[in-house]
Amino acid sequence: MSSEVARHLQKKENTRSLAMSGHVGFESLPDQLVSRSIQQGFCFNILCVGETGIGKSTLIDTLFNTNFEDHESSHFYPHVRLKAQTYELQESNVRLKLTIVNTVGFGDQINKEESYQPIVDYIDAQFEAYLQEELKIKRSLFNYHDSRIHVCLYFISPTGHSLKTLDLLTMKSLDSKVNIIPVIAKADAISKTELQKFKIKLMSELVSNGVQIYQFPTDDETIAKVNASMNGHLPFAVVGSMDEVKVGNKMVKARQYPWGIVQVENENHCDFVKLREMLICTNMEDLRDETHTRHYELYRRRKLEEMGLTDTGPENKPLSLQETYEAKRHEFYGERQRKEEEMKQLFVQRVKEKEAVLKEAERELQAKFEHLKRVHQEEKLRLEEKRRLLEEEIIAFSKKKATSEIYQSQPFMTPGGNVRKDKDRKNSSFM
Amino acid sequence: MDPLRQSPSRSSSRASSPRTLPCEMLGYVGIEAVLDQLKIKAMKMGFEFNIMVVGQSGLGKSTMVNTLFKSKMWKSTMPGLGVPTPQTLQLQSVTHVIEESGVKLKLTVTDTPGFGDQINNDKCWDPILGYINEQYEHYLQEEILITRQRHIPDTRVHCCVYFVPPTGHWLRPLDIEFLQRLCRTVNVVPVIARADSLTIEEREAFRHRIQENLKTHGIEVYPQKCFDEDINDKILNSKIRERIPFAVVGADREHIVNGRCVLGRKTKWGIIEVENMAHCEFPLLRDLLIRSHLQDLKDITHNVHYENYRIFRLNESHVLPRGPGWVNLAPAPAGPQANPVPPKVGGWAKDNSDEEC
Repeated sequence: MSSEVARHLQKKENTRSLAMSGHVGFESLPDQLVSRSIQQGFCFNILCVGETGIGKSTLIDTLFNTNFEDHESSHFYPHVRLKAQTYELQESNVRLKLTIVNTVGFGDQINKEESYQPIVDYIDAQFEAYLQEELKIKRSLFNYHDSRIHVCLYFISPTGHSLKTLDLLTMKSLDSKVNIIPVIAKADAISKTELQKFKIKLMSELVSNGVQIYQFPTDDETIAKVNASMNGHLPFAVVGSMDEVKVGNKMVKARQYPWGIVQVENENHCDFVKLREMLICTNMEDLRDETHTRHYELYRRRKLEEMGLTDTGPENKPLSLQETYEAKRHEFYGERQRKEEEMKQLFVQRVKEKEAVLKEAERELQAKFEHLKRVHQEEKLRLEEKRRLLEEEIIAFSKKKATSEIYQSQPFMTPGGNVRKDKDRKNSSFM
Repeated sequence: MDPLRQSPSRSSSRASSPRTLPCEMLGYVGIEAVLDQLKIKAMKMGFEFNIMVVGQSGLGKSTMVNTLFKSKMWKSTMPGLGVPTPQTLQLQSVTHVIEESGVKLKLTVTDTPGFGDQINNDKCWDPILGYINEQYEHYLQEEILITRQRHIPDTRVHCCVYFVPPTGHWLRPLDIEFLQRLCRTVNVVPVIARADSLTIEEREAFRHRIQENLKTHGIEVYPQKCFDEDINDKILNSKIRERIPFAVVGADREHIVNGRCVLGRKTKWGIIEVENMAHCEFPLLRDLLIRSHLQDLKDITHNVHYENYRIFRLNESHVLPRGPGWVNLAPAPAGPQANPVPPKVGGWAKDNSDEEC
């Protein structure tokens, strides 16, 4: 195996293989690598997709042998949300930063059309964040908390028949973005014979629909055999439990029923041990590698191509990212200038219009004012006229009053008749 | 210290991650098996290491390389009478794949014949700097392709061993100029060559004077103090820093001493054993380069020097538009090269994120 690679390297680059005449000491290289990784710590992100109540949290608790969180989710969320929680685990000198992402409310809605979109968006968002960091000028990738999802555990409900449509759709939309490992949850609800048939049915459905699930790698001799046989056991039928039950003279993790005890770590009862071994002990590094070199690269390529950047230019000359970027930049810049001009003109125009309207209003107001003023003047004149007339009348009246008083004050020796006559005469002339 | 050079903080994720909760595991899970997985993967892929040796001719560079890797990398050249000294500095690279206990190492050694050999040695470091930057440029171009290779071939120079002639006095102006320029671009390990011409006391004195020189001129050789992570690193590296530059002797012939077969130089007054700590400090150099700090050399090259180059390149790329075929970052002016311009991060990065979101 190693000589193959050496020969391959030689063919590629005309390098010579050299025999050494003594012990040089670089066999410690893998150890140097390992000690650096220990210092850095590891990062692993698991996404659990499955209906509410199917046992996702319990399985994760059992897998990592700890109690992560307690409360159960409600069934009444209107949309699917993803909840991520990060934990730090340490085993001997290995530090693991584990992130568990749970889908809350998956499969609970009456209308499930929008169920899987939030999951796809979340995965893309993590890739996007990494891509942004990678494209920065001043970046710090070695310091970066990698939040890309390394594995997706898809929980299939143990109906015993076939995949649900929602499951199929979700898996189809996720298979090119993340490593999917399907598991049959609550496997203690199926009997052994039914389980075999169920597994075969599931796998054939997945294959016929073109869903690509994660295959454990078989290219390295040390683990090829184990991985190959495990590939045949997919999907794993698992049971999760953190409760301990006394069996024989040991306390084991199990679920106790009136008719028996289902032991979690018993290979005859369920595939939990297989899952744990495959996921953590044997292939964790490969899962991370696949995520980085295949899924992330695919996302990156798609994203950059979307932006119009290519590796080869119009005449098939290799085009650098920089050049295309610059070209795009100029293009966008030009467009932005144009838009700015447009907006400016629009703005000016609007201002003019508004100004005209306001002027119009002002003019109207002015006219009204004038009109009112005129009316007021006329009114005033009329009133003056009336007043004058009234005053004249008052003067006339007071004159008459004066004259009547003079007549009254004349001596009244004349007989009453005269006086009366005079009075009548005066009165009649007065009236 | 250059504020741009950030130390590769190896306590990685804690710095920039959201709230994390420490958790207690109630039993064995098997997480530490990931170390074995790492090892298997590394052994399958093999390792790469690129080393450059710089020094005047006749200082024993080729012999030293042969001794380090215990094989005939180069034919030790004996200057023939009719061979003219090369007029310009020409770099020669040779690549070998060596294997030990299942670990494959692809080793590339770059030699610099003609360095410092001319009458006028002005700017003789330019071709070397150009070569180093050329390797960074290759890597950068590969990295920014749309369709990238799974594993980008790493030709960047991880370590440059600088041979100081054993004058016993001080560092020469050529040495100082070269070291100043190179320390900012690559990891430099200076060694006192042909140390068998100095006695032990002379060696110590020479070493101290060189250390003083380095301090006066602000030259940070590997292991750089600013990249020490934790207290263990500090202790280990301070011990190394006390002994830099190592006084080494190279030999590729074997002789019998006291019944043992050792590598050494035979002279009329005795045999100088290369691997004997009492005779010379070759074991220290070998241990530093291969047995303990090889991965660290590669890490610092990748995380610090390469990133600095990348920042510098991406900031000025609008001035020099070129495609991936362009590798002629020829003798760039040493001044601005040595001091990466503080990036106008605001303008460029902002556009970056605006247009890619």
